[in-house]
Amino acid sequence: MASIELRNITKVYSDAKRKRDLLAIDDVSLTVERNEFLCLLGSSGCGKSTLLNMIAGFEKPTKGTVTVGGKPVDGPGADRGMVFQQANLMPWLPVWENIAFHLRLKGWRKADRRAAAQEYIDLVGLKGFESHYPAELSGGMSQRVGIARALLMNPQVILMDEPFAALDAQTKMDMQEELVAIWQKQRCTIVFVTHSVDEALVLGTQVAVLTSRPGRLRERIELDLPRPRDITSPRFNDHKRHILNLIREEGLQQRQVAAA
Amino acid sequence: MTALSKSWERAVVPVLILAAWEIVSRSGLLPAALLPAPSIVLHSWADWVFGFDETAQANSGRWLADALSSAVRVAAGYGIAVASGVLLGIAIGWWNWVERAIEPTIQMLRPVPPVSWIPVAIIWFGIANKPAIFLVFLGAVFPILMNTIHGVKTADRNLIRAASMMGATEQQLLRHVVFPAALPSIFAGLRIGIGAAWMLTVTAEMVAVKSGLGYVLWDSYYFLRYDLVLAAMASIGLLGYATDALIKLLMSAALHWQHASTLQSREG
Repeated sequence: MASIELRNITKVYSDAKRKRDLLAIDDVSLTVERNEFLCLLGSSGCGKSTLLNMIAGFEKPTKGTVTVGGKPVDGPGADRGMVFQQANLMPWLPVWENIAFHLRLKGWRKADRRAAAQEYIDLVGLKGFESHYPAELSGGMSQRVGIARALLMNPQVILMDEPFAALDAQTKMDMQEELVAIWQKQRCTIVFVTHSVDEALVLGTQVAVLTSRPGRLRERIELDLPRPRDITSPRFNDHKRHILNLIREEGLQQRQVAAA
Repeated sequence: MTALSKSWERAVVPVLILAAWEIVSRSGLLPAALLPAPSIVLHSWADWVFGFDETAQANSGRWLADALSSAVRVAAGYGIAVASGVLLGIAIGWWNWVERAIEPTIQMLRPVPPVSWIPVAIIWFGIANKPAIFLVFLGAVFPILMNTIHGVKTADRNLIRAASMMGATEQQLLRHVVFPAALPSIFAGLRIGIGAAWMLTVTAEMVAVKSGLGYVLWDSYYFLRYDLVLAAMASIGLLGYATDALIKLLMSAALHWQHASTLQSREG
């Protein structure tokens, strides 16, 4: 059974100031199977984050339906864990309390929360930083907390909105490797939004390439590359060339439209 | 810098002021009764507190009772102001309909000086603790309310998103995200509020109450006991300083998570 199903999603923003409607997403249909790692790839402004926010329940489509695990989405919920671009940690809570925040909401006692958090602290490699506050963490460590926090809810799907975009190259590579390891270990469905072709090819089992303004599904590519992925291998580069060509064509068309 | 030299820094300005005052007062530039020297004030004050030689006349040895009755009024009025200011502030900051319904009324009441409520307060509550408590409440509630509203309104929307992603209900959002996020602002309001609370206790005691530090101050003025007037002023200042220090202590305990990221951490 499909884990996530987007059916004929259209999103129109009404621009009250300029008195016109802006078509942001145009008839996108997409299904994500269980345990899949789908990367939504597109340039900024193509509506990829909007699609993710619809799955999360933060935004509603103008037309079309979103279902997760067969149930229509009508608001945010703990069955869908989200990792944001900025970690969005509660600055007044130490690392372990941030990770176990979901259990705090469920009314668990402190000792039980602390014990439950430990498993995920170890999983994302934050041992020794349990009692640190977010202001004392580096960007990479903050994102680890964000990931652990999403994993602890044991959600059906994990939604990631360019979580590594603000990290330096080395940290980004480490985090990508770790994310793949976690995904393989936890067997969960991940939808990962990115604008980086390399990142999509390193992480995903599938890549959905979106066009911009309005966002449409350009092509969906199945990746059967062996892991860990070798970013210098010919097959990796074949995929990369193909996707870059798609993007280039897209840019060319847009300029022609603009010129006409 | 060592802790000792730092506490010495704190004492420099008060000591200089006291020394200058003592010199001016003893030089005979002004009649001694109108500007009593600090040593004389201290003597009367000590008798007011401990009651050893009746310098403070009827007030001798009654300081603790006077301070306590002022403090009780501050505590009661301020307590009511904190509870209602924070709760109402969160409601106004969070729900737009509450803001639309209540804010205009509050903004009209806010510029009315609390002191101008004294006649009404006396008619409503008589001459006793109640009008003073009412005045303290009026003085303290607005800064607490305004700062709470500001704190709620400026809470990070992304944290609210993150919490609702984790399944938080509206009530949980308010308790676990909005309230702690607004806490730094709320504390700013609490500190402004406590100052206003002391000001208004003293004002109320001058007019509508027959006990407390403000009453002694005004009463001593009628008897031209400027030494006691000054002792009363100093007592109020000290108690205000002490309560503010208490709130600061509470604040640094509640907001210890801020220390790594703010200027406060520079302080030793």
